[in-house]
Amino acid sequence: MIRRFWRRMAWIVPLACSACGETFQSALQPAGPHAASLARLIWSFTAICGVIWLLVMLVLLFALWRRHRPAEARHERRATAIIGAAVAATVLIITGLTLMSYAATRGLSDDAPDPVVIRVRGYQWWWEVTYADRRPERTFVTANEIHIPLHRPVRLELTAADVIHSFWVPNLAGKQDLIPGRNNTLTIVADAPGTYRAQCAEFCGLQHAHMALPVIAEDAAAFDTWRQAQLAEAPAPVTAEQAAGRDFFTAGPCSACHTVRGTSAAGRLGPDLTHVASRQTIAAGQLPTTRGSLAAWIADPQTIKPGNNMPLVPMTPDQLQSVSAWLASLR
Amino acid sequence: MIERCVLFAVLSLTACKREMRDLRSDPPEAAALDQVRPMENRIGGAAPRIMYALGQPYEGNAYQLNQGKRLYDWFGCKGCHAQGGGVIGPALMDGWWRYGSDPVSIYLSLRDGRPNGMPAFGQRMTTDQMWQLTGYIRSLGSYRPSTAAPSRNDEMQARPAENRGPAAAALIARPSR
Repeated sequence: MIRRFWRRMAWIVPLACSACGETFQSALQPAGPHAASLARLIWSFTAICGVIWLLVMLVLLFALWRRHRPAEARHERRATAIIGAAVAATVLIITGLTLMSYAATRGLSDDAPDPVVIRVRGYQWWWEVTYADRRPERTFVTANEIHIPLHRPVRLELTAADVIHSFWVPNLAGKQDLIPGRNNTLTIVADAPGTYRAQCAEFCGLQHAHMALPVIAEDAAAFDTWRQAQLAEAPAPVTAEQAAGRDFFTAGPCSACHTVRGTSAAGRLGPDLTHVASRQTIAAGQLPTTRGSLAAWIADPQTIKPGNNMPLVPMTPDQLQSVSAWLASLR
Repeated sequence: MIERCVLFAVLSLTACKREMRDLRSDPPEAAALDQVRPMENRIGGAAPRIMYALGQPYEGNAYQLNQGKRLYDWFGCKGCHAQGGGVIGPALMDGWWRYGSDPVSIYLSLRDGRPNGMPAFGQRMTTDQMWQLTGYIRSLGSYRPSTAAPSRNDEMQARPAENRGPAAAALIARPSR
């Protein structure tokens, strides 16, 4: 029995470690100063508490193993002194840990000069992302994907449309709630390029677990190129199939909920699809963006993400083909 | 003792029934649900036969009523009908209906629109959604008692909440004799 347990552990431990090399979503592999200070905090807490645990265990073992001696008055005095010292040490350590925690989390929501301002609005179960700018013509709305420039503070203004959500991108920062009717802010800075997965960290209903988004940190030039491309209206259809897809989309129920800038589709209930094919994933981190997964999602969203608010819109195979072809062309 | 425990366990299972959430109709079902048979003046008529086979899910299912309430907000019904009291459109909760109060009439009003301003939503909503909205609109006046109700409003309520007893129950109640 015991041997079987160890054999099983021998399997599980390397398996558990196989995920350690991944930088995709981990609070222990910080990619920015805020996450780094949180990681330092958790490591120092773990180290200090580990040492204390070890000392307590040693003292316990010593007490169990030593020979019993009859009690004397001088032993009583020594015990009082030891207990007094232990209480003092406990108070000191807890105060120290509290101060460390305060110091590490104090600067997390500080205003930084010249930030990129991104408004994130949580919906059941997707994210609306608005890139704000002083000039209204430089403001645009996208969904389920955030691009940020390296080494520049990004101020996230977080709110929600229906229930409380929470924005958590472990590689860059701690959690911050999105609360209906309130504006929370969170400042993040990325120092290493990469794609970091963020997800909702507050239970928000049926599909809470499937409410994620990639945060892509890239250098300033790449970010500006991306931003410029997102500002543009949707490209015109090239093939006849794509044109048929656009016509179906704008005439049918799709346009009641979705916006595609540059067409008559201007619904505000679902994600903006102007550049949907330029995003890495669809349905809030559920599927990679391909024409096939777009078609699968449109054909039956309730099987892929049960309970979400996109209805199954009945359509013919030709209509499904053309509408997915058009959406896949919206780069 | 053991028998009693077993009996208790079995009895406690009887409370496990939960309302089923039918998240979507299969496409053939949805197509059949659109087969209403209206009267010639398009007020009143027979509901699609499948509605009875499905157990009239849009009348007594809290999930469907709640989705209807969501759609009432999302599709701008409040713009003309307010919270049921009516503004530039007629009231939906006073018991007076220009084009019929039965599910088929309301469904037709939504799908095809009505003269003097009610737009047609047949091209904008799915059959499921129009039936959900129909169920919710019928629950607005609360003239009949129902075991199902949508959830409360987040904002202040301008009328009795739907999950209260029927608004007109006190008026309708007759002496039991």
